[in-house]
Amino acid sequence: MTATTSKTMTTHKKDPLVRIVRRESMPLWKSVMVRVIAVVASLLVSGVIIYLLTGASPIKVYGSMLQGAFGNSPANYSQKTWITVRDTMMLLCIAVGLAPAFKMKFWNIGAEGQVLVGGIATAACMIYLKNLPPVLLFICMVGASLLAGAIWGLLPAVFKAKWDTNETLFTLMMNYVALQLTSFCVAKWENPIGSNKVGIINQGAANQQGWFPAIFGQDYMLNVIIVMALTVGMFFYLKYSKQGYEIAVIGDSQNTARYAGISVKKVIIRTMLISGAICGLAGFITVSGSAHTISTSTAGGKGFTAIIVAWLAKFNTFTMILIALLITVLDKGAIQVATEFNISKDMSNMITGIILFFIIGSEFFINYKLIFRKKEKEVA
Amino acid sequence: MKKIIAVLLAVLFVCGALAACGGSTNTEATKDEKPAIDTTPAESGITEVGNFDASGIEVDPEFKLGVVLVGDENEGYTFAHMQGIQKAAEELGLADDQIIWKYNIPEDEKCKDACDDLVGQGCKLIVTNSYGHQSYTQQAAEEYPEVQFIAMTGDTAKASGLENFSNAFTRVYESRYVSGVVAGMKAKELDEAGKLTDENKDENGNIKIGYVGAYPYAEVVSGYTAFYLGIKSVVENVVMDVQYTNSWFDMVAEGAAADALMARGCVIIGQHADSTGAPSAVQAALDGGKVAYSVGYNVDMLSVAPTAALTSATNNWTVFYKYAIGTAMKGEKVATNGVCGLDSGAVEITALGESCAEGTADKVAEVEAALKDGSVHVFDQNTFTVGGEKVEYAFATDTDGDFAPDADNAMFDGYYHESYTQSAPSFQLRIDGITELNNN
Repeated sequence: MTATTSKTMTTHKKDPLVRIVRRESMPLWKSVMVRVIAVVASLLVSGVIIYLLTGASPIKVYGSMLQGAFGNSPANYSQKTWITVRDTMMLLCIAVGLAPAFKMKFWNIGAEGQVLVGGIATAACMIYLKNLPPVLLFICMVGASLLAGAIWGLLPAVFKAKWDTNETLFTLMMNYVALQLTSFCVAKWENPIGSNKVGIINQGAANQQGWFPAIFGQDYMLNVIIVMALTVGMFFYLKYSKQGYEIAVIGDSQNTARYAGISVKKVIIRTMLISGAICGLAGFITVSGSAHTISTSTAGGKGFTAIIVAWLAKFNTFTMILIALLITVLDKGAIQVATEFNISKDMSNMITGIILFFIIGSEFFINYKLIFRKKEKEVA
Repeated sequence: MKKIIAVLLAVLFVCGALAACGGSTNTEATKDEKPAIDTTPAESGITEVGNFDASGIEVDPEFKLGVVLVGDENEGYTFAHMQGIQKAAEELGLADDQIIWKYNIPEDEKCKDACDDLVGQGCKLIVTNSYGHQSYTQQAAEEYPEVQFIAMTGDTAKASGLENFSNAFTRVYESRYVSGVVAGMKAKELDEAGKLTDENKDENGNIKIGYVGAYPYAEVVSGYTAFYLGIKSVVENVVMDVQYTNSWFDMVAEGAAADALMARGCVIIGQHADSTGAPSAVQAALDGGKVAYSVGYNVDMLSVAPTAALTSATNNWTVFYKYAIGTAMKGEKVATNGVCGLDSGAVEITALGESCAEGTADKVAEVEAALKDGSVHVFDQNTFTVGGEKVEYAFATDTDGDFAPDADNAMFDGYYHESYTQSAPSFQLRIDGITELNNN
């Protein structure tokens, strides 16, 4: 797998057909080019597949995907775009929360659960504390969701730090606990009784306690403000703060970190508190800022999708904005395509899959190069 | 580190304390109110919308109808709505491209997104077909006063006070009652032919019937009670077990519920859930030598249970949709609580299966005629008891938010007036002879 392979291959008659060699580095323009080519190639491939399977014109399908995300008439451009922005922010918020954990090579698969408990905490405040003055209510909701998410992140971190348990399994299983907890709360707060649904909390123009207020006339402006603040904050935290540096060192090598006098346990616990708390806050933003309800589908798999976002962006929170937007647009587009061409949504999910496959695949070509066996025989 | 924990603990403490305060004020409020029982007959809050006259309606090419569906054509309940809308549109002359469909919309915030989107695409009338869509539909109605919204099978339109928000339902309990008569005829035949074993009867000799229900609330309770009373009108000695699945559509759970009921000895399995799970399970049991038959819902079950299915209670939604779409096209307001029933063909039972008892068709015709002319009422005061006693009054409306009805007495003139104060069923007395196996 390295450049020295040819030496060790002397016992064989021939070199392998293709050798994979790690690149030292690639100029920025070149890596951007590779990614653009990947996206174009993915669109071409999925275009061919769409045409072969459904007979629909690929160009029209792509057009309808864009319409799904940004609207198809002046009447709904802004509305559709805002919904896309809202969902992008939600995904971005979770990805931002995951970034420090993954940068530390702590496999936090538990965002789904952290979002849910944050959501439960928020919904509980909206239901039980609705008579508080709005400012106090919001402080409670933020505090409760941060705390709930932090606890969900803390538990696996403590076990990892003290007893070196496997955090992947631990965080994953915490998701199921959160899911059951949500079911329990839904059953407790169901409205009407027996329906197993919470419905919209504090419904009615006169109520709406604990709902995000509209800012500049936009219902989802506050979502954007909070998440963008977190995105910027996390960027500087990871890149320029001492704690961010500690995270990076532990991610590269725990032994180096120990040698440098960094308390690995402390950093693991601290980082997971932050990671969990931000995911919990994502639950708050969803429940208070858009859904106004809580259900087992509140996180809706975004906790897992956000992992792709965080990794593809290499933990650069600004790149995450783009990736989160791309994935959300693809998702909205898929729904639109399914309705407009009367094909199964699975078909459009396939398109999303193909596009992601190519984008992830392009990373390979950025990090490695292929060396083909030369035509002329090598002199032994 | 310590600081963070300290802050978090402080927040937790404050939240806990506040939650405690919030909780206590709530209980005080409910203690104070203890209204005296008012049993004066309720006032009607519904509009009969069957037999709508569609003549003279001109189709505005700009008119658009938006439809939010909980499933797609693979799900019986949604399929029935789709058929109803398509037929109504055809009869009214509405073109295909004037209807925008949204399939598989779950009962959560995605319903609100779907409504937003339909408004954005210029819909003037938006229909959502599942009960759980209601609060999101209401939210959209609040935001877009220029668009009419109908939450099918819902029950909050009247209380919301919104001009552009409606509920509607069929008198499906009537067709359930008729399907109960079909089941009763079969049970009677089986009993008289000596095909029932001790296992099929309880210790008092009552024939055991089973029912697969979705959720334990009024819509389902009203339905199974009507079914049971239909059976009871033919055979007096019956009891019924109800098994809930907590889902409208779950083929596996419905099949398992049917199996559990048959294992308890139930001979006929009715259902208020939307899949073919139960009839399929019953057919398998029948083929395996068990005495078991099925009464379905929404669609004819003969394709999945050719010898086990007796009939299904169904809605013919065309009747309502013709009214709703026609009214909206005229630019008029759709009734806040629209209801239509047996008399306008809005509910019916599907073709009788080959296993039905002899004389079933005649009996069905007789019962349907009696229901139409009002000589028979589904919830007749003299046909059931609660706790061994005749029920003198029963409320239809909940006013204090605890979901237990406490106003609008609907039990007068000798029967419970179902779908009378609102379009959605409100009957939720648990009557003698019916046992809910898993309502927690």
